[in-house]
Amino acid sequence: MESKRRDSDRRQFLKLAGASALGLWTAGCGWRGGPFEDVLQWWWNPNEVLQKALTTPRRSAKLYPPGSETATFPTYYISDSVPMTDTAAWRLDVGGMVGRPLSLSLDDLLKMPMTTTRVRHYCIEGWTGVAEWSGVQLSHLAEMVGVDPAVNYVDFRSFDDGYWSSWDRETALPPQTLITVGMNGALLDPGHGAPARLYSSLKYGYKSVKYLTEINFLSHRTGGYWEDRGYDWYAGL
Amino acid sequence: MKRRVKFYHPRVIRATHWLNAVLLLGMIASGLQIFHAYPAFAERGGTFCCYPFAGSRFPEAVRLGGWLAGGLRWHFFLMWFFIVNGLVYGGYQLASGEWRRRWFRLRDVKGAWHMHLYYLRVRADKPPYEMYNGLQKLSYSGTMTLGALAVFSGFAIWKPVSLPFLADIIGGYAWARFWHFLIVWAFVAFLAVHLFMTLIVDRESTRSMIVGAYREKPDGE
Repeated sequence: MESKRRDSDRRQFLKLAGASALGLWTAGCGWRGGPFEDVLQWWWNPNEVLQKALTTPRRSAKLYPPGSETATFPTYYISDSVPMTDTAAWRLDVGGMVGRPLSLSLDDLLKMPMTTTRVRHYCIEGWTGVAEWSGVQLSHLAEMVGVDPAVNYVDFRSFDDGYWSSWDRETALPPQTLITVGMNGALLDPGHGAPARLYSSLKYGYKSVKYLTEINFLSHRTGGYWEDRGYDWYAGL
Repeated sequence: MKRRVKFYHPRVIRATHWLNAVLLLGMIASGLQIFHAYPAFAERGGTFCCYPFAGSRFPEAVRLGGWLAGGLRWHFFLMWFFIVNGLVYGGYQLASGEWRRRWFRLRDVKGAWHMHLYYLRVRADKPPYEMYNGLQKLSYSGTMTLGALAVFSGFAIWKPVSLPFLADIIGGYAWARFWHFLIVWAFVAFLAVHLFMTLIVDRESTRSMIVGAYREKPDGE
């Protein structure tokens, strides 16, 4: 008799557990986190600590031989159509906490020492592609403008409908970070960020701001277009 | 009539088991949300030999996070607890010696084979065993291994430039994503069998994972 009662208790418990699991599941569909969304967003902080321990910003990414460029490489912009500018009038302003701010034309950039690298590009969506990038090392520009020792962040702005991002100094200044003006052996095309874009294989693609207009060396952290909407700010690879 | 207690599940094992149940479901659901952004394995402009369903997405009912950043935030939040919980579980098993009666070893091969014959109705009676039979040990040890592989392939995907050797061991970045994805289906297959065995075939095992004691069946079987 007693064991029968226990059995029905157990059945009831299992039914209840099953029903609540189903309820939670239904409520959970596509759930962004509700009241926990702030916690989830804040959690990028401990993730950043772990990422900094795991990543080595000075490490060179694996280099690919000529001819290994992937057949396609997606274009990326947030504007409704490909952002275009008058290249002759275009300027890249390099400033912030620097001794000698600069305003560079495309010709100015093209006259500087060029670095070419062929690396795999990682998109936060999960796809990759290999391309060859040519440009000026950001560290070269940093030397030219004389960066204040108190600078810890670099902020990048664009003419792509206000798209922007910012980086930690440790990842921005090693030699593989390029202000890119060429891709796959030609001048950068409008779909991929012409006249100049940021490129480094140590961050996900959304950190590499295309259609650059401004670079500012700062002591405080700013954010970014996607970062302010919920993406990882550090985004180190 | 008092039923003899066959074995106990220690409190730590029960707590980590149920916590893991929630965390694993969360990891899978947020992982499917991340997969949603690029439901394929080939690099751009390339092909991938072994996944015929490229482009097919999973319904919202099995996704957690609502959009890519939402899925990522859940995945990289739950990840910490999934790993720590797994370490507590494994560490406790090692320290307490519980692993001896739970972990599949060479000596369990024979028992697993006989249990397999029993399920196939080739053998009339169950082979004798202490706590878990060989097949149980095999599947539980297997799922622990899956957990470790999920973490390994996860880090390979997360840090392909800084920790390139992780992805290299398992075939590169695209393959690391593929293994990470396949592990999900291995977990799902385990879960299907696990739920059938514990909720339908042997419900005492579900009760014991809640209260601790696993009682012999009244007829002493």
